Formats: sequence, structure tokens, C-alpha cells
Amino acid sequence: MSEQAAYRPGELEAEAQAADNRSRWMLALPAVVIITLAAAGPLMVMVVYSFLTPGDYGNVVWKFSLEGWMNTLVQRDIFDDTLIWADAHLSIFWRSFSLSLITTVLTLIFGVPTAWFIATQPPGKREFWLFLITVPFWTNLLVRTIAIQELLRSEGVINLVLLKLGIIDAPIQMMFTNFAIGFGMTYVYLPLMVLPVYAAVDKLDFRLVEAAHDLYAGRWTAFRRVILPLIKPGIIAGSILVFIPSLGAYVTPRVLGGGKNLMFGNLIELQFGQGRNWPLGAALSLMLMAAVMIALMWYVRVTSREQSDG
Amino acid sequence: MAESRTQKPPKGYSVRTLPGFAIVAIFTLITLYAPIAILVTFSFNAGTSMAIWEGFSLRWYQQAVANEAVQDAAVRSLFLALVAASVATVAATMAALATTRTRHFPGKTMIYALINQPLMVPEIVTAVALLIVFAAIKVWTGHTSMIYLIVAHTAFCVPFAYLPIRARLETMDLSLETAAQDLYASRWLTFRRVTLPLMWPGIVAGLMLAFVISLDDVVITEFVKSAGQETLPTYMLGQLRRVVTPEVNAISTVILLAGAILVSLFFRLTSKRG
Repeated sequence: MSEQAAYRPGELEAEAQAADNRSRWMLALPAVVIITLAAAGPLMVMVVYSFLTPGDYGNVVWKFSLEGWMNTLVQRDIFDDTLIWADAHLSIFWRSFSLSLITTVLTLIFGVPTAWFIATQPPGKREFWLFLITVPFWTNLLVRTIAIQELLRSEGVINLVLLKLGIIDAPIQMMFTNFAIGFGMTYVYLPLMVLPVYAAVDKLDFRLVEAAHDLYAGRWTAFRRVILPLIKPGIIAGSILVFIPSLGAYVTPRVLGGGKNLMFGNLIELQFGQGRNWPLGAALSLMLMAAVMIALMWYVRVTSREQSDG
Repeated sequence: MAESRTQKPPKGYSVRTLPGFAIVAIFTLITLYAPIAILVTFSFNAGTSMAIWEGFSLRWYQQAVANEAVQDAAVRSLFLALVAASVATVAATMAALATTRTRHFPGKTMIYALINQPLMVPEIVTAVALLIVFAAIKVWTGHTSMIYLIVAHTAFCVPFAYLPIRARLETMDLSLETAAQDLYASRWLTFRRVTLPLMWPGIVAGLMLAFVISLDDVVITEFVKSAGQETLPTYMLGQLRRVVTPEVNAISTVILLAGAILVSLFFRLTSKRG
């Protein structure tokens, strides 16, 4: 790079460079236009909508208002017009956050040993095990959620087996609970934890682990003091990859949580359906997006610090 | 990766073994497949239960195939996935050619960020943003064809098609193209006879990935579709609110099978080098 900096390109070369830039932009144009039209652009429009007034039958009235943003956290008391905390929203935020965190911890508990197991298989067999983890990840999320639903239903397999064994007398209500959502999300997002942790274990220099054992570390000490710090980047990546989609989950809580156990995504949908409050829905969407961006930024900061430390 | 076993370790002792890890791993893998296995099994059940086996039958498949709503949704899903994945793959191929094998150029980071943008934003957020914009356009023009779904699907398919194509391009040998040009091939001829054949596996992989992603999509479709534009996933989501019969299992099994076949092909394409 230093050579290039010292080298001053001639006029002809600069022109060729500019022509190359132009042609590259032209090549990228279709993708840029499609995404601007149907992804990035609409997000900008949504920012505008979050500052408008809700229409009586959904949609908006073009009149500036901060109510949408205010309603994310507070609501007006219908009797004396004072502002009170929007408890329903706060409990949904809390459910989203805590369930996403629980999901992340559960995928760690099950995902790290699985990744370790696959990465320590003989090289020829690894691809097969990895394939086993990846296939469910690429299969339809709705179908996997339906599979969990059929398992958890009152007439489902789990209840039936427990009844047959005489462990319970009446079916346990598992569907439409926080447990069902957490279970379902752990199930559908598990591969997202296994894959980055696998990549980290795969890169692990086992001579360091041997050195730890030579220095009389037990398996547990070696794991905690040597292995864990070395595979930490994979664990952080996996945690972020699980936490972010959990926070924005819509299908899994809708199917398994029912109408009472809403998460962030379902609260957003509600505003565009029965709630008929599009500005509030737009504001909530932007809040969710901001939460995801904060998580991503935290991840970038942590990983860049890790790299500079190493 | 690095293995150093110059000295024989104590008998049966391996630093790669961690107590309990294998058990947890096997348990996890079984748990990963058990619900799917149960779902598939009961799609062949003769009775209406999804937990009590009453004998083998194909009645739910027959019922699903005979169901006009299912036929309609299946045809729409396939059409949508085919169009969106194809358009997205062409756009992604061009974008990949633009953003790889070059020094940094002004706007490269922006193009890259824009292409990956659909991956960064929660799907529900993109879905309601599209609902807002498309609702306004639908009211304004009175036009409610499939075009909205096609545009929306194409957009979120682009990054998925882009990734394998870009990966392929980055591992490709530039000298072959230089050789072609040394032999007086024009730029277009070089592209058609050298570059394109070399990047073809990446393009096919991208197309298949985009196809699977479009076929599986529920959230954006649910918010963008006009009345009567059910795809298979939105049809199934709607059915879940009613009394569920193993017909849903039968449709699920077919979707699973189609997805598994495509993903296996995708793996074969991307794991083979050269």
C-alpha cells in the first residue's frame, strides 16, 4: 500500500480509473435500486410515518405528532388525561429481552458442547455432522415451529407420553406460555450458535490445551482458563447471532405464544391490525431496529478490541 | 487443526474429550431431529391425531393435493420464488462483479452496506415498512397484482444470492482472464468464455439459496400480500388458527423435502473447489 501512496498516477491512468468506477457503479445499480426501493427506502418512509397522526381506520393523517413516539412508553389516562407508564408495552419489552437472553443462554448450554463434539470428530466425519446441523437451519422456520407446536400441544406427544407413563393425571398446558416461546426459539435458533462456535473450536490450537494438562490443569480448569478464552470470539458471535433474531422474532411467538404472550414483533403487528395506530407501530419498529443496531455495534466493538488485544 | 502427537498420551486420555460434552451433543442432535421426525411420521397417519398412530395412509397428502387453496398457494409460491430468485441472482451477479477483485473505489462500502442491509434489519421491521409504502401505492394506483410481492422478495433475496457468488469470485484466479485478454479476446468474449463459466457454480448456488429463502418467507409475504394472494407458508400460518389436521403435516413434509434437496445440492456446489 505504501508503494501505491508514493506513486502518483498519470492523467490517463486516473481517467481509466474513473471509467472503471463508473462501470462498477453501473453494474451494481440494479441491486442498489431494488434494495433501495423495497428495503432501505421504505425504512426512511417509516421514520416520517412515526411522526404523523393515526387515522381512524388505520393508516395515517398527514399531521405532525409526537404521540406515536410517546405512546411507545407512556399512555394518557382516559379519565384525567395524565400520562401513565404503558405497562402493557413495558412488560412486552421485558418479555422480549428476557426470553431472548434465556434463549441465548440455552443455545450456549446445548450449542457449545455440540460444536465441540463436531469439531473434535475425525476430519472426514466432521462434514457429515456439520451437515446435520445446517440442514434444519435452512429448512422452513414456520415448519420447524409447527413441529414444536405439535409436540407441546395438550394432545401432543409430550403430554401423551407423560400421561401414559402415569407421571401426570391431566395434560400440562405448555402451549401459549413463555416456556413454549423460549423452547421454540432455542430450537429454531440453535444452529446459529453451533456454527460460529464450531469455527472457533476448529481453529483452536490443541497444543495449548496439552500444555495446560502438562502443567497439571484438570479438564475443567483447562476448559475454563485455556479453551474458553480461546473460543470466546465464536461464543460472542454465536450469542449475537441468536440474540438478534430472538429479539425480532415474530413467527415463533405468534404460533407458540398465542394472543397473550406477545413479543416485540407481535406488538408491532398489532398496531397495524386491531390497534390501528400506524405511527406507534412505526415508532416501535424503529425502536426495535435501534436495539438491534446497538447489539451489533456492541459486537463490533468487542470483537475489534479482542483483535487488537490479541 | 494443528496436531502434535509426537509422544503417545496416556492410554485413553485425550485433551479433546470434555466430560459430558458428547452426551449433551448427542442429546441436542436427537432433539433437533425428533420434532421434525414426529411431524413427518404423523403426516402418514390414517387418523386425525398428531400423537396417536392409527396406521399408514396417504389420505392427508391426497387431501392436500385435492385442496384448491393449497394448489393455488403452491403454484403462487413457486412462481414467486422462481421470478424473485432469478431477478435477484442476475442483480447479485452484477453487483458481485462490481464489488470484488478491485481496490477500494468510492462508494464500494456503501454498495456493500446497502446489499447487506436486508440481513441487518429484523424482518418484521422491513415487513411493516413495506406495508406502509405499498399500502400508499395500492391506494394511489388501485393496482394490486403480484408485483409487490415480487419486488419485496427480490430485494431480500439479493444478499443471499450475492454471498456465494462473491465468495466464488474472490477465490477465482485472475490470471486466466489476463491470459484470455493476452490472446486478444475482447472483454465481452473473456467474460462469456472465461469468467462466467468459472463463476457459474457460485451463481447456481446463489440462485438456489435465494429460491429457498423466497419459498420459506412468511413475515414479509404476510404483510405485503393483497387479498387472495396466499403463498404456502402464509396459507399454513392461517390454517394454524383453525383446527389443525395432519394435512398441515403433509404440506410441511413436502416443503421440508424440497428444502432439504435444494440445500444438499447447494452444499455440493459450494464445497467442491475448482
